[in-house]
Amino acid sequence: MSKLVIASIGPASSVQDGGRPGAQRYGLVPSGAMDRLALAAANTLVGNEPFAAAVEVGPFGAKFTAHGSAVRVALAGASRNADIAGRAVAPDTSATLADGETLTLGFARGGSFSYLAIEGGIAGEPMFGSLAVNARAGLGSPYPRPLQSGDKLQTKPASGAAERRIELPATSDAPIRVVFGPQDDEFADETKKLFLDSEWKISATSDRMGYRLEGPVLKHLHGHNIVSDGTVNGSLQVPGNGQPIVLMRDRGTSGGYPKIATVISADFGRLAQIPAGRGFRFRAVSMAEAQAEARKFAELLRTLPDRLRAIESVDLNIDALHDANVAGHAVNAVDAGTWHAVSMAEITGPD
Amino acid sequence: MAPTLSPPRLLPSGDSAITVEFSRNIDDAANRRVLALDRELAAEPIAGITETVPTYRSLLVHYDPVQIDFDTLGEKILTLAQRPVPAAARTRRWRIPVVYGGEHGIDLEDVAKTLNTTPDEIVARHVAGDYRVAMIGFTPGWSYLSGLADSLHMPRRQNPRLLTPAGTISIGGVQTGVQCLAGPSGWHLLGQTAVRTYQLHRDPTFLLEPGDNVTFTPVDAKTFAEQDRAAEAGEFIAEQIAS
Repeated sequence: MSKLVIASIGPASSVQDGGRPGAQRYGLVPSGAMDRLALAAANTLVGNEPFAAAVEVGPFGAKFTAHGSAVRVALAGASRNADIAGRAVAPDTSATLADGETLTLGFARGGSFSYLAIEGGIAGEPMFGSLAVNARAGLGSPYPRPLQSGDKLQTKPASGAAERRIELPATSDAPIRVVFGPQDDEFADETKKLFLDSEWKISATSDRMGYRLEGPVLKHLHGHNIVSDGTVNGSLQVPGNGQPIVLMRDRGTSGGYPKIATVISADFGRLAQIPAGRGFRFRAVSMAEAQAEARKFAELLRTLPDRLRAIESVDLNIDALHDANVAGHAVNAVDAGTWHAVSMAEITGPD
Repeated sequence: MAPTLSPPRLLPSGDSAITVEFSRNIDDAANRRVLALDRELAAEPIAGITETVPTYRSLLVHYDPVQIDFDTLGEKILTLAQRPVPAAARTRRWRIPVVYGGEHGIDLEDVAKTLNTTPDEIVARHVAGDYRVAMIGFTPGWSYLSGLADSLHMPRRQNPRLLTPAGTISIGGVQTGVQCLAGPSGWHLLGQTAVRTYQLHRDPTFLLEPGDNVTFTPVDAKTFAEQDRAAEAGEFIAEQIAS
């Protein structure tokens, strides 16, 4: 039996896939990978379906050991130091662990989440068609909770296929694009301008439910309570303290705070990867532009297999690669002591 | 004869969802229109819609912008939303057993004091109600019911509790609710039911649907304990009765 055993892992790491849409009318949020492009890239590298279940590795380090056979994996998303028994593993490549070998991942640099896809997938029992962890709802397989040291992920033996790299579009530091609404009329024009003109930072008290933002106070025109209505990934809700919270993949399905704007779907993964404490801005776009970007993003996901390349040399200089990948970015300053869980009541509003 | 229905507001919720807003308030007529539109969209699916989420006052329509754009979908929705609202047909009716007060409903005494009456009278008023599931949201199975008697309306707690028990039956503002999972709540806790509105490995996983009718029936603590064991084993406990 082939297994990847988790020798050590930090908080905020869980099995995630494309999620389980379809039951939001019953209060069940789809969950799924924070960065779908990175998930799909990692899976594509090892020949899996793009939204198959993989390990979403949070900002901290982790170690995985192959048991029972060689296991082939691929890493995409936030760049970080990675090696298998001392052999460097470059970002956006596949690599194989011999039986008994350990893959060691360092802290995320220039991002928050990496995706470790495993050739042959992760064995589990899907609920509503998904293995994605949603701890609050008791869902997720093989473990309905974040991963812990000692957990075992069953998979298939490595096929022996040649390792690959995938050529992804360069990551962008451009402003995160939003469309205003659904409740932007709860804010004065100068407040909307302040929202767009200001620099924002993601607070360390953020998680898969929501990213709290720190910046200027956004004042409401008519108070901060609205009658609850439905939420989406990227809803920018503004609670009483005027500090927006971006609703992420484990959000409540409804909420009672006004939502000034919504992050466009093509930029959601990019927002999810912004490390806590790094400044960024928003830019408003038209619905037509947002939907054109959504179609472009879907096309990118669809054509990922065309971006696979042979690895020319196994003697990659990992330090040079990292320098290239993280140029201009500070090293993520988040550590286990400052990464807090957020209470559901705080995130979702008065109901 | 039928008055022309006012068009809902189409509010963009990003590039992949439209909030179809019928009212800004908790409004029974608006909720009926939400549920009617939800039924229309189920009966006559529009290609590209991925799921719908009814709430008190709006229907959130999730869609795939690769398949349909905002303007095209909005136009189709507006046409459907202005059809006359049919008398809610074939709605289901559930009777849900509740143990009121004591450790199961720690706010019952305080609610009675605030409303200048007795705990028994509060229970009588709550049991007399004929409720409708206006929406399910927040966490799995959390069912928000409309139809709470005016004499039970009271503001939510100043300080929400971080943890309230699974199965809590509570009131808040003009609403009452059936909470499935343990979790935070700012409402007043009147009692507890053994009914699981959400339970894995049971068919159906979700018991209540938006639009279902609900009444409550009081049970004693011993009955609750028995029902809780049966519910854990997968029984519905909630009784479906003829409309």
